[in-house]
Amino acid sequence: MNQFQYSRPTKQQAAIDAVAKDPNAAFIAGGTNLVDLMKRGVTSPQKLVDINRLPLGKIESQNNGLRIGALALNSAVAEDRQVREKQPLLALALNAGASPQLRNMATVGGNMLQRTRCAYFYDTTMPCNKRQPGTGCGALEGVNRMHAIFGFSDKCIAVHPSDMSVALVALDAVVQVSGPKGNRSIPFADFHRLPGDTPEKDTNLAPGELITAVDVPDGPFTKHVHYQKVRERASYAFALLSVAAALDIDGSNIIKAARLAMGGVAHKPWRLTTAEQMLVGKPATEETFRQAADVAMQGAKSFKHNAYKLKLGPNAIVQALKTAAAA
Amino acid sequence: MNTEPENASPHDDSRRTFLKQSTLLTAMALVPGPVVSAAEAKLDERVAEAIEQVPLSLKVNGKKLKLSVEPRTTLLDLLREQLHLNGTKKGCDYGQCGACTVHVDGQRVNSCLSFAVMHDGKEITTIEGLADGDKLHPMQEAFVKHDGFQCGYCTPGQIMSAVACVREGHAGSEGEIREYMSGNICRCGAYSNIVAAIQDVKKGGQKV
Repeated sequence: MNQFQYSRPTKQQAAIDAVAKDPNAAFIAGGTNLVDLMKRGVTSPQKLVDINRLPLGKIESQNNGLRIGALALNSAVAEDRQVREKQPLLALALNAGASPQLRNMATVGGNMLQRTRCAYFYDTTMPCNKRQPGTGCGALEGVNRMHAIFGFSDKCIAVHPSDMSVALVALDAVVQVSGPKGNRSIPFADFHRLPGDTPEKDTNLAPGELITAVDVPDGPFTKHVHYQKVRERASYAFALLSVAAALDIDGSNIIKAARLAMGGVAHKPWRLTTAEQMLVGKPATEETFRQAADVAMQGAKSFKHNAYKLKLGPNAIVQALKTAAAA
Repeated sequence: MNTEPENASPHDDSRRTFLKQSTLLTAMALVPGPVVSAAEAKLDERVAEAIEQVPLSLKVNGKKLKLSVEPRTTLLDLLREQLHLNGTKKGCDYGQCGACTVHVDGQRVNSCLSFAVMHDGKEITTIEGLADGDKLHPMQEAFVKHDGFQCGYCTPGQIMSAVACVREGHAGSEGEIREYMSGNICRCGAYSNIVAAIQDVKKGGQKV
């Protein structure tokens, strides 16, 4: 690992200034992905700004929602009483991610900033437009069984790995950031980017911008929720594909509101708004769910090794909705 | 990054800033870019130069330590190589196997994926800190009783995770134990014995 300069500021503005002024600087919080990337030489920041001394770890109720501090640990959020009562989908998604040890280190802000797990991104001997723009994409013609079926470009077909982010995009979360030009809010759906010609940019954060919190608005999705994660072993593996489903069902089994998002299918957590709209007003039955799944998968395109996702996707959606409805 | 060293802050008259900058300016002729930019950045926080060691206070297995470490030293490497606590194992070194699991302020973490300097002021417990003198911790006894180890390499991490699993209240059923122990990989496949050991400790109701 290359040497780096280390600082641990106690003031938010000092942290922002330190990173904004230096393109080779990076924030570090839990480190569960960044340390990994530094060890492998995928990234080599010359300066690390440790933000763990900033007071950004609170989870609190405010303005008709929950405000979850960027430094709240994944385990703390998943176990938090308010989160479990008001946003059980978020707790389910968090607990589906990583291992207990990692969830004790990983932060909410860091989780949404984690990089793709595409093997070509991690292997510094292979081409990768995300790691080194202009070198090509190893996955396009390579082993692409984990890769995207929506929203990809010929520059990058990697997927975003976070489970938490799939729940947050479904729940209309808003990311609060603070930067050299002040504070702003970014709707979660606009936080991550599609690869286009600049796959090296995962998010719409500007240089030096620090995530301070995530706001999750209160909603009716307190009961009928499910996070369906399909992976190659029962636990502790990244998703081949995942589905976050949340339903509001009235006394006569009619769907009043629905939220649906997928992970492991695109460069960003993939919200399925057309399918959501289709579900509203319909009875919560397997037939309805099958129709929604068909709508959701429209436009999906596979590569040589991930064609299974075209069949796995709708089945996982139906399963997620059925389990949510039965909850 | 700029390579030209500029005067860091001629108008700042605080003693702390003066000392910091004069040290940096003296060192500038000898040192690479990061240190120069550290001075330029005029950080109001303590800055560690790449050539310097960062002071670090830790309590490890009940013992208070004042240390000095290079920022890129992981907690795992600090424990093994500087403190000679070799019980904590380096398996994959990438947070995938759990062999390096230790407790930080009572919470289990992978010590390979965090820099030691990030734990300043924290309390670390390793496998060496679990037993009470010659008296084994109940989980260690249960691992012996149920043969929860084969080659033994994953065992320290498994035991640290197992203790946390019970403390967290996630040892309610075999399924829950398996889920909450999934961050610890055993290549010999001693899983069923490990689960039995954890269930034994849970049922025993002893304080872990």
